[in-house]
Amino acid sequence: MKILVPVKRVVDYNVKVRVKADGSGVDVANVKMSMNPFDEIAVEEAVRLKEAGIATEVVAVSAGIGACQETLRAALAIGADRAILIETDAELQPLAVAKLLKAVVGKEQPQLVICGKQAIDDDANQTGQMLAALMGWPQATFASKVAIADGRATVTREIDGGLETLSISLPAVVSTDLRLNEPRYATLPNIMKAKKKPLDVTNPADLGVDVAPRLSTVKVEEPPKRGAGVRVADIAQLVDKLKNEAKVL
Amino acid sequence: MTILVIAEHDNQSIKAATLNTVGAAAKIGGDVHLLVAGAGCGAAAEAGAKIAGVSKVLVADAPHYDAQLAENVAELIKGLAGSYSHILAPATSAGKNTLPRVAALLDVAQISDIVGAESADTFVRPIYAGNALATVRSSDSVKVITVRTTAFEPVAEAGGNAAVESIAAAADLGISSLVGRELTKSARPELGAAKIIVSGGRGLGNGENYHAIMEPLADKLGAALGASRAAVDAGYVPNDYQVGQTGKIVAPQLYVAVGISGAIQHLAGMKDSKVIVAINKDPEAPIFQVADYGLVADLFEAVPQLTAAVG
Repeated sequence: MKILVPVKRVVDYNVKVRVKADGSGVDVANVKMSMNPFDEIAVEEAVRLKEAGIATEVVAVSAGIGACQETLRAALAIGADRAILIETDAELQPLAVAKLLKAVVGKEQPQLVICGKQAIDDDANQTGQMLAALMGWPQATFASKVAIADGRATVTREIDGGLETLSISLPAVVSTDLRLNEPRYATLPNIMKAKKKPLDVTNPADLGVDVAPRLSTVKVEEPPKRGAGVRVADIAQLVDKLKNEAKVL
Repeated sequence: MTILVIAEHDNQSIKAATLNTVGAAAKIGGDVHLLVAGAGCGAAAEAGAKIAGVSKVLVADAPHYDAQLAENVAELIKGLAGSYSHILAPATSAGKNTLPRVAALLDVAQISDIVGAESADTFVRPIYAGNALATVRSSDSVKVITVRTTAFEPVAEAGGNAAVESIAAAADLGISSLVGRELTKSARPELGAAKIIVSGGRGLGNGENYHAIMEPLADKLGAALGASRAAVDAGYVPNDYQVGQTGKIVAPQLYVAVGISGAIQHLAGMKDSKVIVAINKDPEAPIFQVADYGLVADLFEAVPQLTAAVG
């Protein structure tokens, strides 16, 4: 069974982004970039399925600028076998990415796509569900446990009230939540090995996909700031403030 | 302009998040219809018909909507979409699961987690864990939108008198099935609807301490219990307690953060609370930057004192 894992290059989760003064977006120049944390969990899960003898090959795929090769190399260092970059300078929105992935799925014929549930830059939480829809496949989003047997996936999902377990037929799309696994640190020998693994480059035109954005950004602003708070000396003062100043008790 | 709101329900009653979503629909403006897709969901449909501002309730009652799985529900909504300018659902785990699927089936964008509606085609949504707000305009014929419920006032649960219309179910795709659900049973309010939330982090040290320290305070205040990602990852409490960028987004009247340092992703989930209290022994903890009232103290002494002092 082949597994396809889409990965996205995003601003590192430790970086607090700043909005550009002209309101056109956030400033990502000279900011540390990393693999989207949920995608790292997806790569780890795919590699574990390969190590367990369930998957035979793990293919990482990314869409974006040339620098996304670094993100793909990071996926290869975790244990993916090969990588595909869909190179473009164009702004890519989730529907366009889902269409690009559909084209790659058509060529690669994986039985399972494991992706992150959301990217921490646009916080959209859409691409996996959209890919599943375009393929006519079932989906199991926000997964905290995945088991594969007899052509089906049994997936435990994190939902608002607790947990839900689904049984879905393969091929299918699974999106990862935080508790699915703890991704390994890539070792130096594996980072070196990753440099020699195959990485193919294609582009949206070759895949026959129109990636024109459907949403235009009018402006990007800082959210309203909270006013400075006060330190209280003890619980008695806190309770007094909550009762008489904030009036929430 | 007619807006279709996808009701969140358990076949018996309508969940509160639906009321905020109808509130968002009212802000956009136009006729509001409500879709109740379920199995044996007549009671939920009747409840939906009473919601203020809803002019029609569409009911799709079929066994294959019992678990409200995304594949079948999206197929149903796809068939209805032609009559609507907007399709809205709350940005709950159900809405986030289903609506992108609907959007892709319609070949339109989905607009996630809106916190504002500037016009019929222009919406405000948080990006980068709420560290920036993007205003986006959609060029699609149907706007498919999930709504951050804390950003819109709920409409009244009663007072409406909508027509209830049964609609035909779409085909059962038969590609997914529900094995089971393990829902957290609690007499406390739901996180999403609570007026007061007391939330614990890694400072509590372990699950026993979480229960021993946090639960008496929650009981005294009639509060919901929340937690930071660190506390959930460490197994102190179940996943559905998590407040943050990728957990629940909350905005109660009072949020009490106990032993929570205040990582960016946690702040993203609670910084719109009306009043924030932070209790932490580290005076440099980032949580104090958003707290209205900060107490630098050992939580193991301070929280029991607080529990004794309130109520």
